[in-house]
Amino acid sequence: MTLGSLEVIKPGLLTSVQDLGRYGHQAVGVPVAGPMDVFSHRLANQLVGNDAAAATLEVTLIGPELLIEADTTLAIVGALFETTCDGHPVPMDASFVVRAGQRLKFGRLVQGARAYLSVAGGILTAGVLGSRATHLVSGMGGLQGRALLPGDRLPVLAQTVLRPGRKGVGLTLPTGRRARLRVMPGPQDDWFHPDALTALVGVSFRISPRSNRMGYRLEGPPLARLDERELVSEPVGMGAIQVPAAGAPILLMADRQTAGGYPKIGYVIAADLPLAGQLAPGDFLEFILCSRQEAVAALIARERQLLRYADMKEAS
Amino acid sequence: MRIRECGDSMLLVEFAPVIDPLVNARAIALATRLRDRHPRGVRDVAPGYCTVGVHFDPLQTDLLALEAAIADEAAVVETVVAESPKAPIEIAVIYGGEAGPDLAAVAEHAGCTAADVVERHAARTYRVYMLGFVPGFAYMGRVDATIAMPRHRAPRERVPAGSVGIAGEQTGVYPVASPGGWQLIGRTSRVMFDPTRAVPSLLAPGDLVRFVPLAGSRP
Repeated sequence: MTLGSLEVIKPGLLTSVQDLGRYGHQAVGVPVAGPMDVFSHRLANQLVGNDAAAATLEVTLIGPELLIEADTTLAIVGALFETTCDGHPVPMDASFVVRAGQRLKFGRLVQGARAYLSVAGGILTAGVLGSRATHLVSGMGGLQGRALLPGDRLPVLAQTVLRPGRKGVGLTLPTGRRARLRVMPGPQDDWFHPDALTALVGVSFRISPRSNRMGYRLEGPPLARLDERELVSEPVGMGAIQVPAAGAPILLMADRQTAGGYPKIGYVIAADLPLAGQLAPGDFLEFILCSRQEAVAALIARERQLLRYADMKEAS
Repeated sequence: MRIRECGDSMLLVEFAPVIDPLVNARAIALATRLRDRHPRGVRDVAPGYCTVGVHFDPLQTDLLALEAAIADEAAVVETVVAESPKAPIEIAVIYGGEAGPDLAAVAEHAGCTAADVVERHAARTYRVYMLGFVPGFAYMGRVDATIAMPRHRAPRERVPAGSVGIAGEQTGVYPVASPGGWQLIGRTSRVMFDPTRAVPSLLAPGDLVRFVPLAGSRP
């Protein structure tokens, strides 16, 4: 196999290299990063025959235009874009072949917010602390720790065996620019007024324009604190709904810091975080409460969605 | 010790909710012991001031076994009554002037001279309670109460890498240029974090630190 590349003609709004994230260094403050929608990232990798840990490109709202400089297999999973290769439409949630010299162009966004472009063999930018994931704030991973710019070249492998036509079952994308996310209460739900959990689940929150890969600031009724103590900073994870003193919640996403000092009223369950990743500023989200049993059952169902593809592959 | 659920993919182990060297030592020891056990499905173990975050893949983890392992190790670390002494890491600092634009303000807040602020800041040995904010940023304490000036109400948009700051009774060094609200009293040329080093972070939880004023300081 020889080395090729994807050359960035237009970078799009915010396109970055992501893999499953940089785990193992949170004790020294290294954020995890990784995809906002890990399900679509994983499915995109499966469709081109990659390990789930291979790096993909996360495309946000306005997609890039890329000059392909290798014969290879690609797949695009997640947000529905009108994407073309040399002017011909390419399928979503399925693998397709591209040839050196062709131009892949993301067009109009139809539904969702983030798509994942996988390349057979993965995107081979240098790893940092065992991961290629880009963390924008600390400037780590991906391509010099930043979003793509015109003229960037992403190393990929030219493939001699091409595998088009593998299809997967993608995420059911949010309709009407709103999504309902399941939440497990805690760890500090008892710091809030008893009505706060009711308020959390009873209304729609709008995702503020001041939102990014670190977190979504949510606009809605303030969640009243019962306990005005200062929380001693503690480790946090993706999906935490932290509530600063003013009462406007923040949903922590992929580029979150490793620790925080605001009480958390709940955590969005892992099965629903990919759906959160398909929302953009101005979209709405609603929370409903759920138990650990439901959360794990939902995650197993998501996993089966990936296995369904694997079964198809073996049958064919 | 109490174990709290943080959604389906993280447990938070809580000790007494205080900023205290011994409680912190127990949290750090628990994190180390847990990590060394390599429990199946666990992705990362990170200590805070008085907590430990255990991040795991719910589909690969036996939650009951993980909770039992935490309880086992917590019982061991709760018998810790003192840490073995270790040598402080020295960080040379140029105080004041361009390197420490808030030194005069801290002196005014404290009602002392800038030289006094430097002396008081450099007199103590600090403990690294936890790291966060950005890679390699250590939250250290405790700063002499007389110079414990609160952070700026509006953070600076850009604090240069190596800046040494005070925020209440905490002190810290900015590893990279970033926005920040701490009162900046000096700067170091030490590289706090370099992912290409064998040990990327200069400081780890539980380390001890002394700041050494360099000639060229302009208090």
